[in-house]
Amino acid sequence: MKTVRILLWLPLVAFLAILGLVSSGLLKPHDTTVVSQMVGKPLPAFTLASARTGEGAVTGKGFADGRPRLLNIFGSWCVPCIAEAPQLMALKQAGVTIEGIAVRDRPGDVGEFLQRNGDPYDRIGLDDQAVLQVALGSSGVPESFLIDGKGIIRAQHIGEIRPEDVPGLIETLKAIR
Amino acid sequence: MRRRFALAALLLAPAALRADPVLAPEPLAYTQLPDAKQEARAQALMQTLRCVVCQGQSIADSDADLAGDMRAIVRQRIAAGESPEAIRAWMVARYGRWVSYRPTVEPVTWPLWGAPLVLLLIGGFLARQAFRRRRRG
Repeated sequence: MKTVRILLWLPLVAFLAILGLVSSGLLKPHDTTVVSQMVGKPLPAFTLASARTGEGAVTGKGFADGRPRLLNIFGSWCVPCIAEAPQLMALKQAGVTIEGIAVRDRPGDVGEFLQRNGDPYDRIGLDDQAVLQVALGSSGVPESFLIDGKGIIRAQHIGEIRPEDVPGLIETLKAIR
Repeated sequence: MRRRFALAALLLAPAALRADPVLAPEPLAYTQLPDAKQEARAQALMQTLRCVVCQGQSIADSDADLAGDMRAIVRQRIAAGESPEAIRAWMVARYGRWVSYRPTVEPVTWPLWGAPLVLLLIGGFLARQAFRRRRRG
């Protein structure tokens, strides 16, 4: 008899548990950003053709030279990348070394894009089949990775770099030298 | 009518306006492997890997550019003789456990595997109580 009385409360308890679950979902909506698991790991090896005519292949070898870098994944076809361009120029002026990876892009289109929006890049690799993008655990364009002087990925910035992000990025790059 | 005009204008707009990549997709994104056995293995894996763009779909179902690139990577690696589980582990190392639709057995997923057993036990207990009562009554 006693167990029956306790069991009678079970549906209410289950209902309250579901109510709690659903309302917590309402208060804190699902986050759809995909965070790369490569942060803290070495930059994967890669060899990409350069987007600039007459320049040799872009490889990951030069990354561990003691200088921290910002690796920017972009595309001339990508609209938020235009919004991000002034911030990249500001970072370059602040002394940040920026390497570019153009995803599914053509050299001519990249050239036009840089002419219009400024060219902050040291080197630009063409990632035709997004092989490097997937190897980095990146899921969209634009995204930026901060690489320390030993070639280790230390941070990921998802989405375009906004003016308010610039000081923080410079701080982080100084800290991971 | 105006909406139809807008749609026509959008379809006729140059690629740059639509902000789509202009490069043709990697052939293996949309072409099966010549070896049927390898293709079957690639298909089975692709159906259990999540597209990181349209996050409710597998890369086999999604038409996103990145899903196509991930399919190409899966097919290339299968063709090179890599095992499907090694490729799954490679993807998980990049995008997290979440990228795989097939949960692995490890401490974090024990509740997931254990829940059906626990529910079955509770159901069995409840049924036993109910039958006992009926026999008595």
